Amino acid sequence: MWFSKLVARAIILFARLLTGMQARWNGCLPAAVQRVYFANHSSHGDFVLIWGCLPPDLRRLTRPVAGADYWNRSAVRRFIGRDVFNALLIDRSGGGHEGGATDPVALMKAAVLRGDSLILFPEGTRNTTDARLLPFKSGIYHLARVCGNVEFVPVWIDNLNRVMPKGEVVPVPLLCTVTFGKPLTLGAEEAKDDFLARCRAGLLALAPALE
Amino acid sequence: MMHSYPAVLRETWLLFAAVFGVLVLASAVTALLRWRVAGGRPHAVIDNLGARVSAWWWMIGVLGVAFVLGRTAIIVLFYLLSFFALREFVTITTTRRGDHRAIVAAFFVFLPLQYVLVYIGWYGLFSILIPVYAFLILPILSALSEETTRFLERCAGVQWAVMVCVFCVSHVPALLTLPIPGFEDRNLLLIAFLVIVVQGSDVLQYVWGKLCGRRKIAPLLSPSKTVEGFVGGVASATALGASLWWITPYGSPWKAGLIALVIALMGFLGGLVMSAIKRDRGIKDWGHMIQGHGGMLDRLDSVVFAAPVFFHITRYWWVP
Repeated sequence: MWFSKLVARAIILFARLLTGMQARWNGCLPAAVQRVYFANHSSHGDFVLIWGCLPPDLRRLTRPVAGADYWNRSAVRRFIGRDVFNALLIDRSGGGHEGGATDPVALMKAAVLRGDSLILFPEGTRNTTDARLLPFKSGIYHLARVCGNVEFVPVWIDNLNRVMPKGEVVPVPLLCTVTFGKPLTLGAEEAKDDFLARCRAGLLALAPALE
Repeated sequence: MMHSYPAVLRETWLLFAAVFGVLVLASAVTALLRWRVAGGRPHAVIDNLGARVSAWWWMIGVLGVAFVLGRTAIIVLFYLLSFFALREFVTITTTRRGDHRAIVAAFFVFLPLQYVLVYIGWYGLFSILIPVYAFLILPILSALSEETTRFLERCAGVQWAVMVCVFCVSHVPALLTLPIPGFEDRNLLLIAFLVIVVQGSDVLQYVWGKLCGRRKIAPLLSPSKTVEGFVGGVASATALGASLWWITPYGSPWKAGLIALVIALMGFLGGLVMSAIKRDRGIKDWGHMIQGHGGMLDRLDSVVFAAPVFFHITRYWWVP
Protein backbone atom coordinates (compact mmCIF):
# COMPACT_ATOMS: atom_id res chain seq x y z
CA MET A 1 0.00 0.00 0.00
CA TRP A 2 1.55 3.30 -1.08
CA PHE A 3 0.02 5.22 1.83
CA SER A 4 1.50 3.05 4.57
CA LYS A 5 4.90 3.20 2.83
CA LEU A 6 4.67 6.98 2.78
CA VAL A 7 3.77 7.06 6.47
CA ALA A 8 6.70 4.76 7.23
CA ARG A 9 9.06 7.11 5.40
CA ALA A 10 7.62 10.13 7.22
CA ILE A 11 8.00 8.45 10.63
CA ILE A 12 11.62 7.52 9.87
CA LEU A 13 12.41 11.03 8.63
CA PHE A 14 10.90 12.47 11.82
CA ALA A 15 12.89 10.00 13.96
CA ARG A 16 16.07 10.93 12.11
CA LEU A 17 15.51 14.66 12.67
CA LEU A 18 14.82 14.03 16.33
CA THR A 19 17.56 11.53 17.14
CA GLY A 20 20.16 11.53 14.37
CA MET A 21 19.63 7.74 14.52
CA GLN A 22 23.18 6.47 14.12
CA ALA A 23 23.61 2.75 13.51
CA ARG A 24 26.79 1.05 14.75
CA TRP A 25 27.31 -2.44 13.41
CA ASN A 26 29.85 -3.64 15.97
CA GLY A 27 29.34 -7.40 15.96
CA CYS A 28 27.71 -8.12 12.62
CA LEU A 29 26.84 -6.45 9.32
CA PRO A 30 23.43 -5.53 7.92
CA ALA A 31 23.02 -8.68 5.83
CA ALA A 32 20.05 -10.57 4.43
CA VAL A 33 20.33 -13.23 7.13
CA GLN A 34 17.31 -14.32 9.11
CA ARG A 35 17.68 -12.81 12.56
CA VAL A 36 15.95 -12.04 15.82
CA TYR A 37 17.09 -8.58 16.95
CA PHE A 38 16.61 -8.25 20.71
CA ALA A 39 16.93 -4.86 22.38
CA ASN A 40 16.52 -2.88 25.58
CA HIS A 41 13.12 -1.26 25.83
CA SER A 42 12.55 2.23 27.23
CA SER A 43 10.26 3.93 24.74
CA HIS A 44 7.48 3.23 22.26
CA GLY A 45 9.84 4.51 19.58
CA ASP A 46 12.45 1.78 20.15
CA PHE A 47 11.46 -0.44 17.26
CA VAL A 48 11.25 2.56 14.90
CA LEU A 49 14.93 3.25 15.55
CA ILE A 50 16.02 -0.35 14.96
CA TRP A 51 13.77 -0.67 11.92
CA GLY A 52 15.01 2.65 10.49
CA CYS A 53 18.65 1.62 10.97
CA LEU A 54 18.19 -1.42 8.74
CA PRO A 55 18.73 -1.08 4.98
CA PRO A 56 15.34 -0.58 3.23
CA ASP A 57 15.32 -4.05 1.64
CA LEU A 58 15.75 -5.68 5.06
CA ARG A 59 13.00 -3.58 6.66
CA ARG A 60 10.36 -5.35 4.62
CA LEU A 61 11.50 -8.70 6.00
CA THR A 62 11.79 -7.56 9.62
CA ARG A 63 8.76 -7.41 11.93
CA PRO A 64 8.68 -5.82 15.37
CA VAL A 65 7.01 -7.94 18.04
CA ALA A 66 4.71 -5.70 20.06
CA GLY A 67 1.96 -5.87 22.67
CA ALA A 68 -1.50 -6.27 21.18
CA ASP A 69 -3.04 -4.44 24.16
CA TYR A 70 -1.19 -1.23 23.20
CA TRP A 71 -1.26 -1.39 19.41
CA ASN A 72 -4.91 -2.44 19.09
CA ARG A 73 -6.25 0.32 21.30
CA SER A 74 -7.20 2.79 18.54
CA ALA A 75 -7.60 2.87 14.78
CA VAL A 76 -4.48 5.02 14.33
CA ARG A 77 -2.33 2.67 16.44
CA ARG A 78 -3.74 -0.32 14.57
CA PHE A 79 -2.84 1.31 11.25
CA ILE A 80 0.70 2.18 12.39
CA GLY A 81 1.29 -1.18 14.06
CA ARG A 82 -0.15 -3.48 11.43
CA ASP A 83 0.01 -1.64 8.11
CA VAL A 84 3.03 0.62 8.48
CA PHE A 85 5.41 -1.56 10.46
CA ASN A 86 3.82 -4.96 9.85
CA ALA A 87 4.14 -5.65 13.58
CA LEU A 88 3.57 -9.10 15.00
CA LEU A 89 1.07 -8.38 17.77
CA ILE A 90 1.18 -10.69 20.75
CA ASP A 91 -0.99 -11.09 23.81
CA ARG A 92 1.04 -9.99 26.82
CA SER A 93 -1.65 -10.75 29.38
CA GLY A 94 -0.51 -14.37 29.67
CA GLY A 95 -4.01 -15.55 28.68
CA GLY A 96 -2.84 -17.41 25.59
CA HIS A 97 -2.07 -20.97 26.61
CA GLU A 98 1.02 -22.74 25.40
CA GLY A 99 0.65 -24.14 21.90
CA GLY A 100 -2.67 -22.37 21.38
CA ALA A 101 -3.46 -19.90 18.61
CA THR A 102 -2.57 -16.90 20.79
CA ASP A 103 0.57 -18.33 22.39
CA PRO A 104 3.24 -15.64 21.76
CA VAL A 105 6.05 -18.13 21.14
CA ALA A 106 3.91 -20.06 18.65
CA LEU A 107 3.11 -16.82 16.80
CA MET A 108 6.78 -15.81 16.67
CA LYS A 109 7.79 -19.28 15.57
CA ALA A 110 5.24 -19.22 12.75
CA ALA A 111 6.59 -15.86 11.58
CA VAL A 112 10.17 -17.14 11.64
CA LEU A 113 9.17 -20.26 9.67
CA ARG A 114 7.66 -17.94 7.04
CA GLY A 115 11.10 -16.38 6.69
CA ASP A 116 10.58 -13.17 8.67
CA SER A 117 13.19 -11.59 10.92
CA LEU A 118 11.90 -10.23 14.23
CA ILE A 119 12.57 -7.33 16.58
CA LEU A 120 12.03 -8.44 20.17
CA PHE A 121 12.13 -6.73 23.56
CA PRO A 122 12.89 -9.51 26.06
CA GLU A 123 12.19 -7.28 29.06
CA GLY A 124 8.55 -7.49 28.00
CA THR A 125 7.68 -3.95 29.03
CA ARG A 126 9.22 -0.49 28.99
CA ASN A 127 11.97 0.02 31.54
CA THR A 128 11.30 3.22 33.48
CA THR A 129 13.55 2.33 36.42
CA ASP A 130 17.16 3.37 37.01
CA ALA A 131 18.30 -0.22 36.39
CA ARG A 132 19.92 -0.77 33.01
CA LEU A 133 17.74 -3.77 32.17
CA LEU A 134 14.71 -5.44 33.69
CA PRO A 135 14.80 -9.25 34.10
CA PHE A 136 14.30 -11.01 30.77
CA LYS A 137 11.10 -12.97 30.03
CA SER A 138 11.74 -16.52 28.95
CA GLY A 139 10.08 -16.14 25.52
CA ILE A 140 13.39 -15.52 23.78
CA TYR A 141 14.71 -18.85 25.06
CA HIS A 142 11.64 -20.79 23.91
CA LEU A 143 11.89 -19.10 20.54
CA ALA A 144 15.59 -20.01 20.27
CA ARG A 145 14.74 -23.64 21.05
CA VAL A 146 12.31 -23.95 18.15
CA CYS A 147 14.29 -21.78 15.69
CA GLY A 148 17.79 -23.17 16.17
CA ASN A 149 19.48 -21.76 13.07
CA VAL A 150 18.35 -18.16 13.49
CA GLU A 151 20.90 -15.56 14.67
CA PHE A 152 19.96 -13.71 17.87
CA VAL A 153 21.48 -10.24 17.59
CA PRO A 154 21.69 -8.00 20.68
CA VAL A 155 20.86 -4.33 19.97
CA TRP A 156 21.48 -1.53 22.46
CA ILE A 157 19.43 1.64 21.95
CA ASP A 158 21.05 4.54 23.74
CA ASN A 159 19.47 7.82 24.86
CA LEU A 160 15.95 7.37 23.50
CA ASN A 161 14.58 7.34 27.05
CA ARG A 162 15.69 10.98 27.37
CA VAL A 163 13.96 12.01 24.13
CA MET A 164 10.52 11.43 25.57
CA PRO A 165 10.32 10.35 29.22
CA LYS A 166 7.17 8.56 30.32
CA GLY A 167 4.32 10.97 30.94
CA GLU A 168 5.62 13.77 28.68
CA VAL A 169 3.93 14.70 25.42
CA VAL A 170 6.55 16.74 23.56
CA PRO A 171 9.72 14.90 22.49
CA VAL A 172 13.07 16.71 22.52
CA PRO A 173 15.79 16.27 19.91
CA LEU A 174 18.77 14.33 21.27
CA LEU A 175 21.26 12.12 19.45
CA CYS A 176 20.61 8.39 19.81
CA THR A 177 22.77 5.46 18.79
CA VAL A 178 21.71 1.94 17.90
CA THR A 179 24.50 -0.59 18.43
CA PHE A 180 24.24 -4.06 16.88
CA GLY A 181 26.34 -6.68 18.67
CA LYS A 182 27.68 -10.15 18.01
CA PRO A 183 24.99 -12.72 17.10
CA LEU A 184 24.22 -15.50 19.60
CA THR A 185 22.77 -18.96 19.05
CA LEU A 186 21.42 -21.43 21.59
CA GLY A 187 23.92 -24.13 22.53
CA ALA A 188 22.89 -27.76 22.12
CA GLU A 189 22.63 -28.48 25.85
CA GLU A 190 22.28 -24.91 27.08
CA ALA A 191 19.83 -24.39 29.96
CA LYS A 192 17.23 -21.64 29.94
CA ASP A 193 18.86 -19.51 32.63
CA ASP A 194 22.28 -19.80 31.01
CA PHE A 195 20.97 -18.65 27.65
CA LEU A 196 19.03 -15.76 29.17
CA ALA A 197 22.13 -14.71 31.15
CA ARG A 198 24.24 -14.86 27.98
CA CYS A 199 21.71 -12.74 26.05
CA ARG A 200 21.62 -10.24 28.86
CA ALA A 201 25.41 -10.02 29.05
CA GLY A 202 25.65 -9.68 25.26
CA LEU A 203 23.25 -6.75 25.39
CA LEU A 204 24.87 -5.03 28.38
CA ALA A 205 28.28 -5.32 26.72
CA LEU A 206 27.02 -2.84 24.10
CA ALA A 207 25.84 -0.24 26.61
CA PRO A 208 28.14 2.75 27.14
CA ALA A 209 29.94 2.93 30.47
CA LEU A 210 28.03 4.65 33.25
CA GLU A 211 29.27 8.00 34.52
CA MET B 1 13.94 46.71 8.37
CA MET B 2 13.19 43.89 6.01
CA HIS B 3 14.70 44.46 2.63
CA SER B 4 15.40 42.06 -0.14
CA TYR B 5 18.68 41.97 -1.90
CA PRO B 6 18.11 42.96 -5.51
CA ALA B 7 20.99 41.04 -6.98
CA VAL B 8 23.93 38.99 -5.89
CA LEU B 9 26.85 41.32 -5.47
CA ARG B 10 29.85 41.20 -7.76
CA GLU B 11 32.05 40.72 -4.66
CA THR B 12 30.05 37.64 -3.68
CA TRP B 13 30.64 36.04 -7.07
CA LEU B 14 34.35 36.83 -6.86
CA LEU B 15 34.60 35.33 -3.35
CA PHE B 16 32.83 32.17 -4.35
CA ALA B 17 34.98 31.88 -7.47
CA ALA B 18 38.07 32.15 -5.25
CA VAL B 19 36.75 29.62 -2.71
CA PHE B 20 35.84 27.32 -5.60
CA GLY B 21 39.41 27.61 -6.86
CA VAL B 22 40.79 26.72 -3.42
CA LEU B 23 38.51 23.67 -3.23
CA VAL B 24 39.58 22.49 -6.67
CA LEU B 25 43.19 22.87 -5.54
CA ALA B 26 42.47 20.99 -2.29
CA SER B 27 40.78 18.15 -4.17
CA ALA B 28 43.70 17.98 -6.61
CA VAL B 29 46.27 17.89 -3.79
CA THR B 30 44.27 15.16 -2.01
CA ALA B 31 44.12 13.10 -5.19
CA LEU B 32 47.87 13.58 -5.69
CA LEU B 33 48.64 12.52 -2.10
CA ARG B 34 46.40 9.48 -2.52
CA TRP B 35 48.33 8.51 -5.60
CA ARG B 36 51.92 9.37 -4.60
CA VAL B 37 51.95 8.85 -0.80
CA ALA B 38 49.17 6.36 -0.09
CA GLY B 39 49.61 4.51 -3.39
CA GLY B 40 45.85 3.88 -3.56
CA ARG B 41 45.87 1.99 -0.27
CA PRO B 42 43.93 3.10 2.84
CA HIS B 43 45.82 5.82 4.74
CA ALA B 44 44.30 7.28 7.93
CA VAL B 45 45.44 10.90 7.51
CA ILE B 46 44.88 11.13 3.75
CA ASP B 47 41.48 9.41 3.92
CA ASN B 48 40.43 11.84 6.63
CA LEU B 49 41.71 14.72 4.48
CA GLY B 50 39.63 13.42 1.58
CA ALA B 51 36.52 13.23 3.77
CA ARG B 52 37.17 16.75 5.05
CA VAL B 53 37.58 18.17 1.54
CA SER B 54 34.40 16.55 0.23
CA ALA B 55 32.51 17.79 3.31
CA TRP B 56 33.86 21.28 2.50
CA TRP B 57 32.38 21.03 -0.99
CA TRP B 58 28.99 20.35 0.62
CA MET B 59 29.29 23.10 3.21
CA ILE B 60 30.38 25.72 0.67
CA GLY B 61 27.61 24.53 -1.66
CA VAL B 62 24.91 24.94 1.01
CA LEU B 63 26.27 28.33 2.09
CA GLY B 64 26.47 29.42 -1.55
CA VAL B 65 22.83 28.52 -2.21
CA ALA B 66 21.79 30.44 0.92
CA PHE B 67 23.82 33.48 -0.22
CA VAL B 68 22.11 33.47 -3.62
CA LEU B 69 18.64 33.12 -2.04
CA GLY B 70 19.42 35.99 0.32
CA ARG B 71 18.59 37.20 3.81
CA THR B 72 15.74 34.87 4.79
CA ALA B 73 17.59 31.77 3.59
CA ILE B 74 20.67 32.76 5.62
CA ILE B 75 18.57 33.18 8.78
CA VAL B 76 16.85 29.81 8.21
CA LEU B 77 20.21 28.15 7.55
CA PHE B 78 21.72 29.41 10.81
CA TYR B 79 18.54 28.46 12.68
CA LEU B 80 19.10 24.89 11.44
CA LEU B 81 22.81 24.99 12.35
CA SER B 82 21.81 26.13 15.86
CA PHE B 83 19.27 23.32 16.07
CA PHE B 84 21.79 20.63 15.15
CA ALA B 85 24.44 22.14 17.43
CA LEU B 86 22.00 22.32 20.35
CA ARG B 87 20.99 18.71 19.75
CA GLU B 88 24.65 17.68 20.03
CA PHE B 89 25.31 19.82 23.10
CA VAL B 90 22.26 18.76 25.13
CA THR B 91 23.00 15.12 24.26
CA ILE B 92 26.28 15.22 26.21
CA THR B 93 24.91 17.43 29.01
CA THR B 94 23.91 15.82 32.30
CA THR B 95 20.16 16.19 32.53
CA ARG B 96 17.46 14.27 34.32
CA ARG B 97 13.81 13.64 33.69
CA GLY B 98 12.95 16.82 35.59
CA ASP B 99 14.72 18.94 32.97
CA HIS B 100 12.50 17.77 30.15
CA ARG B 101 10.34 20.91 30.07
CA ALA B 102 13.37 23.19 30.23
CA ILE B 103 14.84 21.36 27.23
CA VAL B 104 11.51 21.59 25.39
CA ALA B 105 11.54 25.36 26.04
CA ALA B 106 15.14 25.63 24.84
CA PHE B 107 14.41 23.87 21.54
CA PHE B 108 10.91 25.08 20.79
CA VAL B 109 10.67 28.52 22.43
CA PHE B 110 14.06 30.19 22.89
CA LEU B 111 15.73 28.82 19.74
CA PRO B 112 12.98 29.93 17.28
CA LEU B 113 12.33 33.17 19.17
CA GLN B 114 15.97 34.20 18.96
CA TYR B 115 15.90 33.81 15.18
CA VAL B 116 12.56 35.63 14.90
CA LEU B 117 14.26 38.53 16.70
CA VAL B 118 17.09 38.40 14.17
CA TYR B 119 14.53 38.40 11.37
CA ILE B 120 12.60 41.42 12.64
CA GLY B 121 15.82 43.12 13.75
CA TRP B 122 14.82 43.74 17.39
CA TYR B 123 18.35 44.16 18.75
CA GLY B 124 17.38 45.05 22.33
CA LEU B 125 15.55 41.81 23.04
CA PHE B 126 17.89 39.77 20.84
CA SER B 127 20.83 40.64 23.07
CA ILE B 128 19.15 39.73 26.38
CA LEU B 129 16.67 36.96 25.52
CA ILE B 130 19.05 34.12 26.36
CA PRO B 131 21.52 35.69 28.83
CA VAL B 132 18.61 37.06 30.91
CA TYR B 133 15.26 35.44 30.17
CA ALA B 134 16.37 31.90 29.32
CA PHE B 135 18.76 32.14 32.29
CA LEU B 136 15.80 32.82 34.59
CA ILE B 137 13.07 30.71 33.03
CA LEU B 138 14.91 27.44 32.27
CA PRO B 139 15.92 26.77 35.90
CA ILE B 140 12.38 27.69 37.02
CA LEU B 141 11.03 24.95 34.74
CA SER B 142 13.56 22.47 36.13
CA ALA B 143 12.85 23.47 39.73
CA LEU B 144 9.11 22.92 39.29
CA SER B 145 9.82 19.24 38.66
CA GLU B 146 11.13 19.07 42.25
CA GLU B 147 14.04 16.90 41.18
CA THR B 148 17.08 18.23 43.02
CA THR B 149 19.85 15.74 42.22
CA ARG B 150 22.79 17.67 40.66
CA PHE B 151 20.45 20.61 40.12
CA LEU B 152 23.08 23.33 39.70
CA GLU B 153 25.12 21.24 37.28
CA ARG B 154 22.05 20.44 35.19
CA CYS B 155 20.88 24.06 34.98
CA ALA B 156 24.39 25.28 34.16
CA GLY B 157 24.70 22.69 31.41
CA VAL B 158 21.43 23.63 29.74
CA GLN B 159 22.23 27.35 29.99
CA TRP B 160 25.66 26.75 28.44
CA ALA B 161 24.02 24.79 25.66
CA VAL B 162 21.68 27.62 24.66
CA MET B 163 24.38 30.29 25.09
CA VAL B 164 26.85 28.46 22.86
CA CYS B 165 24.51 26.98 20.27
CA VAL B 166 21.77 29.59 20.02
CA PHE B 167 22.95 32.93 21.39
CA CYS B 168 26.49 32.88 19.99
CA VAL B 169 25.62 31.27 16.65
CA SER B 170 22.74 33.72 16.07
CA HIS B 171 25.28 36.56 15.99
CA VAL B 172 26.31 35.41 12.52
CA PRO B 173 22.94 36.13 10.80
CA ALA B 174 22.47 39.13 13.12
CA LEU B 175 25.27 40.79 11.13
CA LEU B 176 22.59 41.34 8.47
CA THR B 177 20.73 43.71 10.79
CA LEU B 178 23.60 46.19 11.30
CA PRO B 179 22.85 49.52 9.60
CA ILE B 180 26.30 50.60 8.45
CA PRO B 181 26.30 53.90 6.51
CA GLY B 182 27.51 53.43 2.93
CA PHE B 183 27.33 49.63 3.32
CA GLU B 184 23.60 49.16 2.73
CA ASP B 185 22.59 45.90 1.05
CA ARG B 186 26.13 44.57 1.45
CA ASN B 187 25.88 43.02 4.94
CA LEU B 188 26.09 39.50 3.54
CA LEU B 189 29.74 40.29 2.88
CA LEU B 190 30.29 40.61 6.66
CA ILE B 191 29.16 36.99 7.04
CA ALA B 192 31.44 35.99 4.17
CA PHE B 193 34.38 37.80 5.85
CA LEU B 194 33.72 36.15 9.24
CA VAL B 195 33.28 32.66 7.81
CA ILE B 196 36.26 32.88 5.44
CA VAL B 197 38.64 34.24 8.10
CA VAL B 198 37.57 31.95 10.98
CA GLN B 199 37.13 28.75 8.98
CA GLY B 200 40.18 29.69 6.90
CA SER B 201 42.13 30.03 10.14
CA ASP B 202 41.04 26.50 11.18
CA VAL B 203 42.05 25.08 7.80
CA LEU B 204 45.36 26.96 7.74
CA GLN B 205 46.17 25.84 11.30
CA TYR B 206 45.53 22.27 10.15
CA VAL B 207 47.74 22.73 7.06
CA TRP B 208 50.60 24.44 8.95
CA GLY B 209 50.32 21.86 11.73
CA LYS B 210 50.54 18.96 9.30
CA LEU B 211 53.42 20.53 7.35
CA CYS B 212 55.70 21.70 10.17
CA GLY B 213 53.93 21.12 13.50
CA ARG B 214 56.31 19.89 16.22
CA ARG B 215 55.56 21.30 19.67
CA LYS B 216 52.10 20.62 21.07
CA ILE B 217 50.42 23.80 22.30
CA ALA B 218 47.84 22.30 24.69
CA PRO B 219 48.49 18.55 24.78
CA LEU B 220 45.92 17.82 27.47
CA LEU B 221 43.14 19.65 25.66
CA SER B 222 43.78 19.00 22.02
CA PRO B 223 46.60 16.62 21.06
CA SER B 224 46.51 17.68 17.39
CA LYS B 225 47.09 21.42 17.92
CA THR B 226 50.68 22.64 17.64
CA VAL B 227 52.51 25.93 18.24
CA GLU B 228 53.61 26.01 14.60
CA GLY B 229 50.05 25.37 13.40
CA PHE B 230 48.70 28.07 15.70
CA VAL B 231 51.22 30.75 14.73
CA GLY B 232 51.20 29.94 11.02
CA GLY B 233 47.42 29.57 10.88
CA VAL B 234 46.55 32.73 12.77
CA ALA B 235 49.19 34.78 10.91
CA SER B 236 48.02 33.63 7.50
CA ALA B 237 44.34 34.09 8.48
CA THR B 238 45.22 37.66 9.49
CA ALA B 239 46.85 38.21 6.12
CA LEU B 240 43.84 36.66 4.43
CA GLY B 241 41.53 39.03 6.32
CA ALA B 242 43.69 42.04 5.41
CA SER B 243 43.60 41.05 1.74
CA LEU B 244 39.78 41.01 1.92
CA TRP B 245 39.53 44.61 3.20
CA TRP B 246 37.76 45.65 -0.03
CA ILE B 247 34.65 43.60 0.84
CA THR B 248 34.39 45.11 4.35
CA PRO B 249 33.25 48.49 5.67
CA TYR B 250 36.53 48.83 7.63
CA GLY B 251 38.21 51.02 5.04
CA SER B 252 41.82 49.82 5.18
CA PRO B 253 43.80 46.58 5.04
CA TRP B 254 45.37 47.06 8.47
CA LYS B 255 41.99 47.50 10.20
CA ALA B 256 40.54 44.48 8.39
CA GLY B 257 43.71 42.55 9.32
CA LEU B 258 43.48 43.54 12.98
CA ILE B 259 39.85 42.43 13.14
CA ALA B 260 40.81 39.19 11.38
CA LEU B 261 43.55 38.66 14.01
CA VAL B 262 41.04 39.11 16.86
CA ILE B 263 38.48 36.70 15.42
CA ALA B 264 41.11 34.11 14.47
CA LEU B 265 42.41 34.22 18.07
CA MET B 266 38.88 33.96 19.47
CA GLY B 267 38.25 31.04 17.13
CA PHE B 268 41.38 29.26 18.31
CA LEU B 269 40.58 29.83 22.00
CA GLY B 270 36.97 28.80 21.42
CA GLY B 271 38.23 25.54 19.96
CA LEU B 272 40.22 24.96 23.17
CA VAL B 273 37.18 25.64 25.39
CA MET B 274 35.01 23.28 23.37
CA SER B 275 37.79 20.65 23.47
CA ALA B 276 37.88 20.96 27.28
CA ILE B 277 34.15 20.18 27.37
CA LYS B 278 34.66 17.18 25.09
CA ARG B 279 37.55 15.83 27.21
CA ASP B 280 35.48 16.28 30.36
CA ARG B 281 32.63 14.29 28.86
CA GLY B 282 35.00 11.65 27.46
CA ILE B 283 34.08 12.11 23.81
CA LYS B 284 36.28 12.69 20.78
CA ASP B 285 33.74 14.38 18.51
CA TRP B 286 30.47 16.19 19.14
CA GLY B 287 28.59 14.03 16.68
CA HIS B 288 28.83 12.44 13.27
CA MET B 289 26.94 14.81 10.97
CA ILE B 290 29.87 16.03 8.90
CA GLN B 291 32.10 13.33 7.49
CA GLY B 292 35.77 13.72 8.42
CA HIS B 293 35.05 16.61 10.78
CA GLY B 294 32.77 15.00 13.37
CA GLY B 295 29.67 16.85 14.51
CA MET B 296 28.21 20.23 13.70
CA LEU B 297 29.90 21.74 16.76
CA ASP B 298 33.30 20.41 15.71
CA ARG B 299 33.04 22.70 12.70
CA LEU B 300 31.21 25.57 14.40
CA ASP B 301 33.23 25.80 17.64
CA SER B 302 35.54 28.55 16.43
CA VAL B 303 32.69 30.55 14.83
CA VAL B 304 30.76 30.33 18.12
CA PHE B 305 33.43 32.27 19.99
CA ALA B 306 34.35 34.64 17.17
CA ALA B 307 30.87 35.73 16.05
CA PRO B 308 29.72 37.82 19.06
CA VAL B 309 33.08 39.61 19.28
CA PHE B 310 33.08 40.31 15.54
CA PHE B 311 29.48 41.54 15.78
CA HIS B 312 30.25 43.95 18.64
CA ILE B 313 33.47 45.31 17.12
CA THR B 314 31.59 46.08 13.91
CA ARG B 315 28.57 47.49 15.73
CA TYR B 316 30.57 49.64 18.15
CA TRP B 317 32.89 51.28 15.62
CA TRP B 318 30.96 51.25 12.35
CA VAL B 319 27.30 51.72 13.32
CA PRO B 320 26.59 55.31 14.33
